Amino acid sequence: MIYADNAATTKMSGAAINAMNACMQDTWGNPSSLYGLGQRAKEALEDARRRIAACIAASPKEITFTSGGSEADNQAIRSAALLGAQKGKRHIISTAFEHHAVLHTLKRLEGEGFEVDLLPVGPLGTVTANQVAEAIREDTVLVTIMYANNEIGSILPVSEIGAVCREQGVLFHTDAVQAAGHLPIDVKAQNIDLLSLSAHKVHGPKGIGVLYARQGVPLTNLIAGGAQERGKRAGTENVPAIVGMAAALEESCSHMAENAAKVSALRDKLISGLSQIPHSALNGDPTNRLPGNVSFCFEGVEGESLLLLLDDQGICASSGSACTSGSLDPSHVLLAIGRPHEVAHGSLRLSLCEENSEDDINAILKAVPEIVAYLRNMSPLWKDKVGGKLTFVL
Amino acid sequence: MALYSEKVMDHFRNPRNVGVIEDADGVGEVGNAVCGDIMKIYLKIEDGFVSDVKFETFGCGSAIASSSMATELIKGKPLSEVLQLTNKAVTEALDGLPAHKLHCSVLAEEAIRAAVKDYYDRQGIAYDPKDFPKCGSCEDCHG
Repeated sequence: MIYADNAATTKMSGAAINAMNACMQDTWGNPSSLYGLGQRAKEALEDARRRIAACIAASPKEITFTSGGSEADNQAIRSAALLGAQKGKRHIISTAFEHHAVLHTLKRLEGEGFEVDLLPVGPLGTVTANQVAEAIREDTVLVTIMYANNEIGSILPVSEIGAVCREQGVLFHTDAVQAAGHLPIDVKAQNIDLLSLSAHKVHGPKGIGVLYARQGVPLTNLIAGGAQERGKRAGTENVPAIVGMAAALEESCSHMAENAAKVSALRDKLISGLSQIPHSALNGDPTNRLPGNVSFCFEGVEGESLLLLLDDQGICASSGSACTSGSLDPSHVLLAIGRPHEVAHGSLRLSLCEENSEDDINAILKAVPEIVAYLRNMSPLWKDKVGGKLTFVL
Repeated sequence: MALYSEKVMDHFRNPRNVGVIEDADGVGEVGNAVCGDIMKIYLKIEDGFVSDVKFETFGCGSAIASSSMATELIKGKPLSEVLQLTNKAVTEALDGLPAHKLHCSVLAEEAIRAAVKDYYDRQGIAYDPKDFPKCGSCEDCHG
């Protein structure tokens, strides 16, 4: 099997599995219990918190564990919105191609009287700090812009955006789920007030994430209950998953440069090979992109068919076609960068990690052009374009 | 549990009757690129029977499998029987489709009807327009 869907989830690292096994066998107490077993679990929890904080240059007390990136996004945005509402500020700035955890939360806030501006992201899928500065108003409470896009891999200028927000006194949240472990994160230097992380995108377990909130930015709890996480997130801490996340994130961050060098070389070889397919186009910024992200649109084919035939050859990938999303519309990210519907249906995302090899790339470069050609050969849409009845988009 | 039945995957991986009939007696095309699926059916008619049928499809796995199965179901059949083909029959022959993919079997039924209508039009054969309702909007099927 060739796993090329690391933006969806990753294989757990040995370090994460070992840490979790040890925790489940030896440190399984409740961190709130006062006896030794509980206190050892509490120590494991706080050790993980310190190590995760160190990965992003935060203080341990600025780290709140959540069930994952989506919960962290929800809580970050809701917390900022409440702070704004208390001061009569009800304007939020974001982008058109955020993760649904952000967009759907913003949609709900609109129903609660907030005003949301989604900045256009242009054909390369990015925004400038200047765009953000121009959108900021007197009543703006929050800017929430992702660090790197999950579908097309473009990296956004979060340091510049953070500087603008700090200068204007506006809270800045970034969903760094796809960036963590791949790009340096320094919440202090980058003026980030709120930041979301997920463990399973960096070879950690599913169901655990982190919300970083700068000291002085009070969080609203979404889940009411006990006093865990300083009262900001009720529920007995998922200690095994938390120690697994710490092990995985620490390992990813300590090998960041060497992994990025290796993975981006594989990525560029894949991009260069797939670019040879006629009437295809790379999605996102050709250079300023996540080390492992390869995203293409192929005209005249539909993404789900492509994925099924790749699966037959043991290649795991994903697509932004409507058929894979279960809705009528293809990916909002591809539409946001200006791909027409028919082209967005023919999208393919391959997301690599350091465990991929040259052989994997060669196998993908053999399979994809053959499958695209095969599907085009039975596609009336493709035939109409070749025959001149319809014009090519790409 | 796989997304699709074995039958669907068989017809997707090894689609029957893919291609073009250059001198077709009737051609039907339905769907559109914006929705992400287009089906085109070519019919050869002899003595009121479907002597040959081919299809071309732009679409997902179930769209290709539905086209393939639908062509198998009408090959060699008299047109009276062809017009009885329902999307339900296509779905059942495929051992079912996921709920959000049922529109693919509707497209297959519509494409075949469109091809028969084209044949009737070319031959000047009278028919009841009620037998050939217009394909509605995509939302009707995609839901």
